[in-house]
Amino acid sequence: MKRRVTRLIAEPVLAGVMAVGMLTVLLAVSGYPVGESLTALWRGAFGSWSVLASGTLVRATPLLFAGLAVSVAFRAGILNIGAEGQLLMGATAATAVAVLLPSSMGFAGVLLALMAGVLAGGAWASVAGVLRQRFGVLEVISTIMLNVVALHITGMLVRGPLQEPTGTFPQSAMVEQALRLPRLVAGTRFHAGVALAVLSALGLAWFLRATAPGFRLRMTGANPRAAASAGGIDVARVSLLAFITSGALAGLGGAVEVTGVTFALYENLSPGYGYTAIAVALLARLNPVSAIGSAIVFGALEAGASAMQRDAQVPAGMVGVVEAGVILVLVASEWIGERVGRGGLLNRGGTPRQKDRTDAITPIPVARP
Amino acid sequence: MTTPAPRLALAAITRHYGPAIALDGAHVSVAAGEVHALLGENGAGKSTLMRIAYGLEQPDEGTLSVDGTPVTFRTPRAAIACGIGMVQQHFALVDAMTVAENVALGGSGPLNLRATVHQIRAISADAGLPIDPDAMVRDLPVGAQQRVEIIKALAGGTRTLILDEPTAVLAPQEVVELLAWTRRFAESGGTVVLIAHKLREVLRVADRVTVLRRGRTTLTCEASAVTEATLADAMLGEAAPPQPIALQNATGPARRDQTDVIVLSDVTVRDAANVERLRGATLLVRSAEIVGVAAVEGSGQRELLRVMAGRLPPTSGRALVPATVGFVPEDRHRDAIVLEATLTENVALRNAVARRGIVPWTALGRETTTLMTRHDIRARDASTPIRTLSGGNQQKLVLGRELAGSPAALVVENPTRGLDIRATAAVHTALRAARAAGAAVVVYSSDLDELLSLADRVVVVSGGTVRSVAMERESVGRAMLTAER
Repeated sequence: MKRRVTRLIAEPVLAGVMAVGMLTVLLAVSGYPVGESLTALWRGAFGSWSVLASGTLVRATPLLFAGLAVSVAFRAGILNIGAEGQLLMGATAATAVAVLLPSSMGFAGVLLALMAGVLAGGAWASVAGVLRQRFGVLEVISTIMLNVVALHITGMLVRGPLQEPTGTFPQSAMVEQALRLPRLVAGTRFHAGVALAVLSALGLAWFLRATAPGFRLRMTGANPRAAASAGGIDVARVSLLAFITSGALAGLGGAVEVTGVTFALYENLSPGYGYTAIAVALLARLNPVSAIGSAIVFGALEAGASAMQRDAQVPAGMVGVVEAGVILVLVASEWIGERVGRGGLLNRGGTPRQKDRTDAITPIPVARP
Repeated sequence: MTTPAPRLALAAITRHYGPAIALDGAHVSVAAGEVHALLGENGAGKSTLMRIAYGLEQPDEGTLSVDGTPVTFRTPRAAIACGIGMVQQHFALVDAMTVAENVALGGSGPLNLRATVHQIRAISADAGLPIDPDAMVRDLPVGAQQRVEIIKALAGGTRTLILDEPTAVLAPQEVVELLAWTRRFAESGGTVVLIAHKLREVLRVADRVTVLRRGRTTLTCEASAVTEATLADAMLGEAAPPQPIALQNATGPARRDQTDVIVLSDVTVRDAANVERLRGATLLVRSAEIVGVAAVEGSGQRELLRVMAGRLPPTSGRALVPATVGFVPEDRHRDAIVLEATLTENVALRNAVARRGIVPWTALGRETTTLMTRHDIRARDASTPIRTLSGGNQQKLVLGRELAGSPAALVVENPTRGLDIRATAAVHTALRAARAAGAAVVVYSSDLDELLSLADRVVVVSGGTVRSVAMERESVGRAMLTAER
């Protein structure tokens, strides 16, 4: 148990160290003051309690929701790259409900908005889920396409039906004070959604480990043929439900972002949370509890990047490069681990054979016309 | 008058795979313009010999000659240059391409699809192999895909065509058409080597026959000079007095305390391509008996076992299968276990569909530990990932899992393939114990000796039909090779 806990903490920390190392080299090569920039990064991420709460943790929250979405899908053998679109649809639906409801609804109204996000995210994922099941459309492709569709739907709505009353800006009306997620720490942006994300992570971990549907989901993802033959599991149904659950989690993340942070819907609501979430999930080896740590690492990097840009004039894009670098190192470590017959950083205890890996990529016997 | 040199001759061919010997001085000589059948049991060395003739493999010893000239084929390209082509059992076609594109793939020089289409039309008309050059390969039935492979070979200038088990994948009508085609091809000057194990089909078209047994040539003669019985003797060895296949009543004598557990009546199974895999199978398995299923690969035994295990619904007919039926499939890693999961999780998989709410992991862990003791499964503990276990220990766990809760029936498919002697003995003991406990046990094994030592009675599946056969090695071997008359 102790070893497991160590591992859960050690890997995100290792990734953080790796990121800082790469950033140092990049900064030096590009001629920025290394010390000053890194100090700014640190101050922006962990400099004070209020920075940690308002910056890093608030940034980490949508990453955690979307990271959980990616984790649950990948664990079921579904390569859902669509957390971005599902998150946006969740945010859109939550906004629609929140601006329509009277503010006298209070907390019940917040819950309804969050529920709308869950439903919209799940519904958006189910489009790709049904396409995959009925027509054998690869979900990697369909979810990426649906991300673009979602982005344009949002853009259309904030210029049309959901536009703010003056009709000047491409964004929705502000969500009323009473329909916002409550602040947990006065004077910061630390809202109830942060706690909800952590609870979701713990709940998902428990669901996967302890419950029968969670067990079926894991077995379906790991070896769908054995799940069907030895377990009698309806793998097509389990896969579809997992896909929808994944979308629902991402949708909840979008709803939380609107009701807890931005209070309005606009096109660029997500700076690619759904994509960074893939890194969050992979760094956490698809384990929901470690995803909390890896979401904080990426949240800190992004929060720190803004500070670095402000205080040391280092373009925030440089942190994006570093994030990508971390992902590449992780993927490479898995590949190298496989080659030398030992588990890589991402590899959950062992060497998957080529055969199993292909299985993991085409998990359900998809009906083809 | 001198006899012309044979079109293709392989002499004294030896081929080892590590310590195993696949060919041990085999020889075959194919005359130009004949259909030559190459026969033998599974593993007799037929395919290896022809892979050598096509340059896919190199012999350790022996010589290969074409039209009397000694040759060495380092690659299939060299064989093709000598006019020798081969259609393998598993087609090498690109599904998402058209027929013409696939044929062009095998050619050389600049791509000219229009010319290829014309060439295919010409070959198709000449050779009598109907095909649409513009059809997508994935839309074609298996028989047509096979024609594409043949046309591919002919387009490459092949006049000597090796067909490896070409009838195994075909529906009965397609078999008739293909065999008739080989005849016509030979009459128009081509040469065909037909690797097969279904005697009757072969005798219908072949001019001459060569039989291999355990890597040696045991018989080579005119097809008109042999009977199915002689061929079977040459394939199986130890010439037995010809005896009619003993056809028992499909049910066999019943003990009074036995009950009917698995009842199949007139079961037919068609696969995804609508090819009949199992035809009118009627079979009864009683409690406390082991029924052995014997078959050559691809005879319909896979489907029969899965119907009996309740894993495959019949296309037509009635299959009564008990609610509790254990199944040990042949491909353990693909169909029976989840390698990443722990022993306990793999045990829990058995009832995965029926589970509700919280999974009782503690109790399941105890159950797994009990199974480990009972079946002598060597692992550190129940929470070890199953991938760390040896194949024998994995198989014992699968068997133990399927036997837990005393199922009314147990269906096992090649249960000891790849296991060492100790693990094999343990599996046999477990199967006999299941019988003693009253289970109806069905065993399929490609190892006839294993089957005969385990089973109380044997049924043979050949060409999709099921029949009972006397418990003798020869009778069973013969029945496996010959279709029902």
